[in-house]
Amino acid sequence: MEQAIEIKNLVKTYKDGTQALKGVDLTVQSGEIFALLGPNGAGKSTLIGIISSLVNATSGEVKVFGKDLVKDRQAVKAMIGLVPQEFNFNMFEKPIDIIANQAGYYGIPRKVALERTEKYLKQLQLWGKRNSMSRGLSGGMKRRLMIARAMVNEPRILILDEPTAGVDIEIRRSMWSFVEEIAASGTTIILTTHYLEEAEQLCKNIAIIDHGEIVRDTTIKELLKTLDIETFIFDLDKTPDEALLTALDARIRDDNTIELDLPKTKNLNSVFKQIDAAGYCVTSMRNKANRLEELFVKMIENKGVQA
Amino acid sequence: MSSETLVGIQTLVRKEVTRIVRIWSQTLLPPAITMTLYFVIFGNLIGSRIGEMGGFDYMAFIVPGLVMMAVITSSYGNMVSSFFGAKFAKHVEELLISPMPNWAILMGYVSGSLFRGLFVGLIVTLISLFFTEIQVHNVWIVLSTVILTSVVFSLGGFINAAFAKKFDDIAIIPTFVLTPLTYLGGVFYSISLLPEFWQKVSLINPVLYMVNTFRYGFLGVSDINVGVAYGIIIAFVLILGFISWYILHKGIGLRS
Repeated sequence: MEQAIEIKNLVKTYKDGTQALKGVDLTVQSGEIFALLGPNGAGKSTLIGIISSLVNATSGEVKVFGKDLVKDRQAVKAMIGLVPQEFNFNMFEKPIDIIANQAGYYGIPRKVALERTEKYLKQLQLWGKRNSMSRGLSGGMKRRLMIARAMVNEPRILILDEPTAGVDIEIRRSMWSFVEEIAASGTTIILTTHYLEEAEQLCKNIAIIDHGEIVRDTTIKELLKTLDIETFIFDLDKTPDEALLTALDARIRDDNTIELDLPKTKNLNSVFKQIDAAGYCVTSMRNKANRLEELFVKMIENKGVQA
Repeated sequence: MSSETLVGIQTLVRKEVTRIVRIWSQTLLPPAITMTLYFVIFGNLIGSRIGEMGGFDYMAFIVPGLVMMAVITSSYGNMVSSFFGAKFAKHVEELLISPMPNWAILMGYVSGSLFRGLFVGLIVTLISLFFTEIQVHNVWIVLSTVILTSVVFSLGGFINAAFAKKFDDIAIIPTFVLTPLTYLGGVFYSISLLPEFWQKVSLINPVLYMVNTFRYGFLGVSDINVGVAYGIIIAFVLILGFISWYILHKGIGLRS
């Protein structure tokens, strides 16, 4: 498979001496949705900034579809669309002008630019707001406006830096389907997110970055395999007493609901037996969804994660 | 120049012109009012007592200077506010991530400021017709000087905006550098009125060359050699143009 992005030994040291990237190596395959995860200040935005030419690298190499970022910058820029974390459009301009102008900066003639503007504003449900002042748009609309802007040059690589931060669940899900739709058309997508559920839902491969280093670069499936503890939630018929919580090593979530971590090697029968023996009934049970989140926290807490 | 680059420049110029026209009450109206007051106070009221300057009626003498002053202020002000605004609100990133070459970004912004400078110059010239008759000695000198001067101060505004970190930084240069240079640049007087020492000091002021060359285009009189003046103005265009391009190339004040 063709490599969309190939990064070798990328280093970034800011003027104040902060070393944001300490020799990052990373490969993103063409056509995939790739997740880049890391806590605040880990180096995600610096890495994205370098790929999209907003930050100058100190040393190292970045290739985009085989083209060197430094030697062939214009060609690399033409292949990338960026949705940054912060709103970075003119709040006093109309969405239609913001998108059409961005197309113009990419050298797209006005007529085609306006056609594409209509296409992407409609796809992102912003066509009705095309002539409104951008500052009046809601947070979710502003984020979608930046996605439309990043799509207008029909990039081979779309970089989304926390695209669903601060949007409601309905819009988040519609954005996910839009991202999947774009990926299905062959666009490579790099996604940073704080919503690990989002990475789990959309991405096949994942890299975890912390303190400027890639601490893990693998598939989500492989990553989840390493999780040896699962968390279960039990709804009981009445409020459990302290003795039961101690016996199960469980935590109380609310009045009648408890949560406990179980090693994958242990079966659930013993848990049911203990609950039954204590005189409680299990009215329902579910697996806690944020498996990746637990893993992520664990990895960041213990630097010695095994690859 | 590739067709993509040309489209990019056209887009940036269209955006800038739209902005200037949309906020006309901030961009076009103030210089019209200020210059009208100059014409009334310095030209009509005080000028009538001054008599002649450089062999011309005082009002006719100060018109080229006042037009040039408006062009300088508008060109510089447009660039510094537009580019710093884009940098402050981060929408300059729209350009920085695009494949537009750095010189094309610069040309787009300079063209926008040139539009505002020339438009304001035209408005002030038209207003001056209410106060005096205008003669034109050489229209090509008038046009070339006003365009080159507008470009010089657009580039100056760009450099100021690139280094500025806060809004105060874009007010310091116009207040403490641009205004004194303009007022002491022969807008209101001929430097032949000054003692010899101050005449020589005046020669280090680049605005003097611009105002005098522009005035020469209208009236055919100048305190300085027009050929030397052209050389100095063109040198400023080239030097400031290179510095501006270098700023964009290195990302000084723009990329971390």
